[in-house]
Amino acid sequence: MKEIHFDAIVIGAGAAGMAAALEIESSGFTCALIDREDHLGGILMQCVHNGFGLHEFNEELTGPEFAERFAERVLESRVAVYLGTTVVSIRSNDVEGKEVFCSSAEHGVIRILCRSVVLAMGCRERNRGNVRIPGSRPAGVYTAGLAQRLVNIEGYIPGKNVVIIGSGDIGLIMARRMSWVGCSVKAVVEIMPYPSGLTRNIVQCLNDFNIPLHLSCRTSAIYGKDRVEGVEVTPLENGAPVMEKSFRIPCDTVLLSVGLVPENELSKEAGVELNAMTNGPQIDSTMMTSVDGVFACGNVLHVHDLVDWAAEEARRTGAFVVAWLKGERPALQVRVKAGPNVRYANPGRVESGRENKLYLRSLVVKNDAVLEVKLDGKPIRSIKKNHVQPSEMLTLSVGDKDLGGATSDSVLEISLV
Amino acid sequence: MKTAAHLGSEGDFDVAIVGCGVSGANIARRLSAYRLRVAVIEKETDVSFGTSKANSGIVHGGFHHNRKYLKARLELRGALMFDELRRQLDFPFRRCGILVAALHDEEMKAVEHLYLQGVENGVIGIEMCSRERILELEPKLSQDTVGGLYAPGGGIVEPYRFVFALVESAKKNGVAFYTDYKLSATEWDAKTRRWTLRAADGRTLHARYAVNAAGLFADEVSSLFGAEEFKIQARKGEYYLLDRLTKARPGRVVFPVPTAVSKGMLVIPTVEGTVLVGPTADSAEDKTDLSTTEERLERILDSGRKMIPSISANDVITSFAGLRPCLEEDFYIEVSKKAPALVQVAGIQSPGLTASPAVGEYVKDLLKTAGLELTEKPDWDPYLPPRPKTREASPYERDELIAKDPAYGNIVCRCENVSEAEIVEAVRLGHTTLDGVKYFTRAQMGRCQGGFCAYKIIKIIMRETGLGYDQITKRGGASRILEGEL
Repeated sequence: MKEIHFDAIVIGAGAAGMAAALEIESSGFTCALIDREDHLGGILMQCVHNGFGLHEFNEELTGPEFAERFAERVLESRVAVYLGTTVVSIRSNDVEGKEVFCSSAEHGVIRILCRSVVLAMGCRERNRGNVRIPGSRPAGVYTAGLAQRLVNIEGYIPGKNVVIIGSGDIGLIMARRMSWVGCSVKAVVEIMPYPSGLTRNIVQCLNDFNIPLHLSCRTSAIYGKDRVEGVEVTPLENGAPVMEKSFRIPCDTVLLSVGLVPENELSKEAGVELNAMTNGPQIDSTMMTSVDGVFACGNVLHVHDLVDWAAEEARRTGAFVVAWLKGERPALQVRVKAGPNVRYANPGRVESGRENKLYLRSLVVKNDAVLEVKLDGKPIRSIKKNHVQPSEMLTLSVGDKDLGGATSDSVLEISLV
Repeated sequence: MKTAAHLGSEGDFDVAIVGCGVSGANIARRLSAYRLRVAVIEKETDVSFGTSKANSGIVHGGFHHNRKYLKARLELRGALMFDELRRQLDFPFRRCGILVAALHDEEMKAVEHLYLQGVENGVIGIEMCSRERILELEPKLSQDTVGGLYAPGGGIVEPYRFVFALVESAKKNGVAFYTDYKLSATEWDAKTRRWTLRAADGRTLHARYAVNAAGLFADEVSSLFGAEEFKIQARKGEYYLLDRLTKARPGRVVFPVPTAVSKGMLVIPTVEGTVLVGPTADSAEDKTDLSTTEERLERILDSGRKMIPSISANDVITSFAGLRPCLEEDFYIEVSKKAPALVQVAGIQSPGLTASPAVGEYVKDLLKTAGLELTEKPDWDPYLPPRPKTREASPYERDELIAKDPAYGNIVCRCENVSEAEIVEAVRLGHTTLDGVKYFTRAQMGRCQGGFCAYKIIKIIMRETGLGYDQITKRGGASRILEGEL
């Protein structure tokens, strides 16, 4: 069995993984980047639409173009790249640090010994079972991401008459994509009273194609014997289904875009504690999980709206890994609490003595909202927001001046009013 | 399963078995030990695609039914045959034990009845449990549990893997299988004493004896043979499948105290690590209706939680339904009194899976009484080669596997940890639909339900079989996956 030593390994070679690996390598530490697919770039490679890179490169790029910018730098760097390689297990060991087993057709099983691990495995799509849509189980029900893969990379059309359940971004993008390849997209059905994807995608992918969006509507059944024959939709009024207003939409294909879940099975088995709100790891102010030397960034930590932000977060994580490898440890860390109307805030701790960048998600749709920051109950800042909604992530910077007088028992609470 | 090679072929057989679920497969495999030409016909594209693919996967504990019933006697005998079968055929099976949890003092009366019935049935190790004892056996049980029953011999099995293994073993010993063979007519030639079995697509085959093991459709098949008239009533069972990382996985199968009509909804730790909760029991008019409903699914979670409160809707990865073929209270396994040279194997509902090895033996004996001569084959080989699984291999074992075949290193299904080599093996054994590959390998059966790996499996099936994209189906027939090419 092959045995290799590194200072750090990064699991997952999407935007986050590549950005983190480059950052670690640039400080002279040895670093491996491991991905189960046979290409760098992760899911970006099937996102052939544009809209990527506006923050990172000040340009509008397609997914593959965005990935390529990073991939070129990775391949020029000393980052050791292992593609077609699946990480099977991560164990911590007092003598050797982390022991990671990987499986690869080319190398067999590789035993990697390293000091630190960066989790950057991304997320997966929630499926029919997760949202418990009843009915029959015919062919023709796919997650939007699988359909995207089939159309954009494999070159197949999964079906002709399509209903999309859920208004997540991938579903919206696929509504437009399926229209472009000559399919008829009958409707998008969303259970919430507001869309769950970005506003720009509602405009460009639905409105521009006259695709109806049924808000506050639940898919009460999928029907069809061998292949999908249609869906039954039930409107909700005040949250309750109104059965007599149910209607059917005939179709041969159902695409599901009902949310993304950070993919943390490997993390869980490595003993990493998860946050019930994000389904990602609990992290401290340096993006380190509950397991010493194991860090997390990108969509495995929490699902981002934009790849630019995942990359930016990963770069900071890479810098924290470098500091950790050099033996630096945070001085005073203050716990961050999601207050009223805030679903979560990441990271879960901030450090005094420097700027901390926080990502948060609203629980509500609200105009003229105020983001309130309190330290131990005392308001220290309030920031006006024209509009907040759950589908648009918020950012916040917390610096040393905000944390004056904080102790290790202090709590920084962030709320939306 | 591939059918092209058989199209138009006509064969002359000693026995033709109609239906390749767990009953048909066991009968075929049992008969494969004798010098007989045996054919199995199945209307679906793959074997085990009916009742045998969607059930609780339990080897029962032998206490639910009274010995006066044939089904109870076959259950008791069948349950004891699983260990040897597993040694020969290497399918997933484990005697994890069965618990019956009583939630009220009144239920303890019924538990006592089950206990006495079990003792009378000769069940080994069966035990009445106090509250302390049952909570010690299963700490995840509700604190409301007042006591119960423990049958250590009960177990869990992957029903489709069991059928696949039986079929492979029977094939290895000369049994012929014909899939997509929907029986449309039969004729008895009194002169040659032979049945002709015609398929809807024009294929025919001849056999001296026929066995009706057609599950839900045994009534229609019986009519086609001009045999006894009866009606199979479908009874639907809906299930939830929970992720293998759920905290609610019990160590043993947990039953509620049964009612007069049903064994109730159970919590089952499957052999492969996931958890099943169900089944419901509701009459279904349509024998092909496998739809689930919201109300019933809610009922499942509610009743599961009564026994194991940590069951969470967040752990649900899928739901599905199966149909039990119900006739009367007992199995109907007899030589037909109306049609010549026909054995009826009908109404095989619970505990049909447990009983199935004994059903195979019982039907073999019935055929003998009906005149079939049985001569053992000296070269009968009951063993199948062991099938390595990456999921179960240690890193060192994996490394050895990959050295032999690099495809073991390519993990196709990340959720259930299935390698390309295992998928190729499934396809080469004839499982050429997405569902067939799923039941054989577990790929697409985990938390992502194929979201990540379905396209990879489609490509492997196309590569291995030469099928076009438009010939790839979920489970045969019109269940096509792809509707066009760019």
